[in-house]
Amino acid sequence: MKSIAVLAVATAVLAACSGGGATSADGKTVVNVSLDPGLEQGAIDAFNARVAAFESANPTIDLVPREYKWDATTFTTQLAGGTLPDVFTVPFTDGRGLIERKQIADISGQVAALPYAGKFSKEVAKAGSTDNGKMWAVPIAAHGQALHYNRTLFTQAGLDPDKPPTTWDEIRADAKRIAEKTGQAGFAMMTSGNTGGWIATTLAYAFGGRTEQLDGDHAKSTVDSPEMVKALQAVKAMRWDDNSMGANFLYEWGTINQDFAAGRIGMYVSGGGNYGSLKAQNAMKPEDYGVAALPLTGGANAGVLGGGTLAAVSAKAPEPVKAAAVKWIDFYYLEKLTTKDAAVADAKTTADSGQAVGSPELPVFDKAAFDERMTWIAQYVNVPVKQMTPYTDKMFDQPLVPEPTRSTQQVYALLDPVVQSVLTDRGADIPGLLNGVQTQAQALLDKK
Amino acid sequence: MTAPPTVDRRPAPVVPPPAPVKRRVRRVRGGGLGTVVFLLPMLVVFGLFSWAPIVQSVVMSFQETNLVTAPTFVGLDNFRAVLADPLLWTAVRNTLWFAVLALLLGYPIPLVAAVLMSEVRRFKGLYSTLAYLPVVIPPVVAVLLWKFFYDASPTGVFNTLLGSVGLGPVPWLQDASTAMVSLVIEATWAAAGGTVIIYLAALTGVPPELYEAAEIDGASVWGKVWHVTIPRLRGVLLITFILQIVGTAQVFLEPFLFTGGGPANSTTTILLLIYNYAFANSLGGDYGSATALSLMLAVVLGVLSAVYFRLTRSWSAS
Repeated sequence: MKSIAVLAVATAVLAACSGGGATSADGKTVVNVSLDPGLEQGAIDAFNARVAAFESANPTIDLVPREYKWDATTFTTQLAGGTLPDVFTVPFTDGRGLIERKQIADISGQVAALPYAGKFSKEVAKAGSTDNGKMWAVPIAAHGQALHYNRTLFTQAGLDPDKPPTTWDEIRADAKRIAEKTGQAGFAMMTSGNTGGWIATTLAYAFGGRTEQLDGDHAKSTVDSPEMVKALQAVKAMRWDDNSMGANFLYEWGTINQDFAAGRIGMYVSGGGNYGSLKAQNAMKPEDYGVAALPLTGGANAGVLGGGTLAAVSAKAPEPVKAAAVKWIDFYYLEKLTTKDAAVADAKTTADSGQAVGSPELPVFDKAAFDERMTWIAQYVNVPVKQMTPYTDKMFDQPLVPEPTRSTQQVYALLDPVVQSVLTDRGADIPGLLNGVQTQAQALLDKK
Repeated sequence: MTAPPTVDRRPAPVVPPPAPVKRRVRRVRGGGLGTVVFLLPMLVVFGLFSWAPIVQSVVMSFQETNLVTAPTFVGLDNFRAVLADPLLWTAVRNTLWFAVLALLLGYPIPLVAAVLMSEVRRFKGLYSTLAYLPVVIPPVVAVLLWKFFYDASPTGVFNTLLGSVGLGPVPWLQDASTAMVSLVIEATWAAAGGTVIIYLAALTGVPPELYEAAEIDGASVWGKVWHVTIPRLRGVLLITFILQIVGTAQVFLEPFLFTGGGPANSTTTILLLIYNYAFANSLGGDYGSATALSLMLAVVLGVLSAVYFRLTRSWSAS
């Protein structure tokens, strides 16, 4: 009974906790702000300097840095327990769901007053906005999905690392060759912790499909689209006909990054800006790394699934804290995208602490503002830029399609077992499996 | 009609006034104020951190809540939703399959090991230490180690060993047909040491003259085990049997860390399903369904425990 009791207690204790900012004894508005855990002392000092600068410009606000980094497994508990900082970041995937459930504060009024409020990229802004365009969470970074590849394995397989595959047929052929020549997985895929659904959706988009259709307030699930079937059949062929997908079919984001950096995977699909994590967390050798644009097939409807990061404010924050929080979001997260001094200071600090500067990302505002910022920070860029050109040369030309907006993570979770079946069961009936998921996904969308 | 008042006609006993110390002791033993004062810290801690959350969980099982906005009572909807979830029956099947495999592997191995170790004359302590060592290793560390061993490629640790005798490679965790067996093998390795120690302790209680008598009667080693050891251990065997069933019904750590319930839900157990209801969705899970299923599992395990107490009582009496 011990485990049940622990789970029951964990669930219930969350309800009893409380959080949110307050007012200090000297009448200042106290705001808990997020600080990445595990930073080098230099980065912490730089963060504290920004905090001091903000407090000096806003003497009625007292900022309290708290360690926080979004993690799927701990975010739920922090959110439910009210232990999140007042200002925290979440991926685009969660934005609409948090807004629908009113689990973050409505800061649309304060955001609308920012000078650049109307300049956010339209597609990017959607992730943090309600259906009627009110921005509850502020986009601070954006990226599209890309094909990451190991240049060393390409070379060992007799392939040209400067000419990564540009079609799905080429991906299949190269994966087979890598597996045959090196014994490593030519192509690998995430399948666990909702990432299987995430990547399956990415592939469906690339094949011209979508997983939901919105008609006013009604959402129709289309996870069983012919494009999704085609995408999974392509994966199945690599797995069972070519045996080019290695031996691990339970990857999630952390473990696939680990194996990729360790040279055990030739190619995989993930966020275009993933190099920063690969370097910081998995000691990726720069010379091994390559990234290419995700091949799009299936006509005009094919697109790249977009993603990114949103800054949000705790639902429990009172009005003064909300106002102060938006000021901090503006000062800390967005100033480095909009003003030269902040951009340079941020890039210098990041580079000095050994982290990647210049990983591919998409504009939060317009392309001109993005290009201008890149010229400001050019001297601090420390990533293998040339090896990223197969992606960066094309990333602005590829149509970016936002993630599905309704019950996104839950539908991804439903797709995980389908992807796992395709990779572990030679006889997996893809249309049949997707048909089963379709019913459950529609039930989730209807429940909204 | 009312019963006539009962009147005690016995003469009142003459009781000398007790000494103050004795009175205090009696007050404590008799459950007076002193007892309450002594119990209070424990009651507060137990009530606050154990019973209050449990009661709150029961309440939550009848609510729809994301723990941020105000909850709404939904009657039995959460129970209906859980019972209608096709994954529930997959999880029940998987949990039973784990329990069967754990009994087949995990039940006899410690017994055989304990009997063999009790027969050993030299280095007894060394064998006991080796048997118990896996219990000392933190479970998460053990699972991560075994995950490495279970690498399904031909160069994986276990597959390399199997390959040296012309077997394999085995997909281990990467195939629905072998994943659960792989989990049980590790779970048996991790837990057997504790059970071995219990059996070893029980074996010391078997009178040596019984073995001598059996030997005089010409009993083989197997005969001695079957006719002397097992009957003398039957109480302990029953307890470990029931505890194993209760423990396996709550298996969580292995599927959570090894496979996350995959491949294709082949290792999703009841407790993992509860966890997934509550915590797998980063937007805040379905806490109502999670607590509803927890409650149902608690009831089933409560019934099992009642059966266990009843059985052990009759065994003890026989």
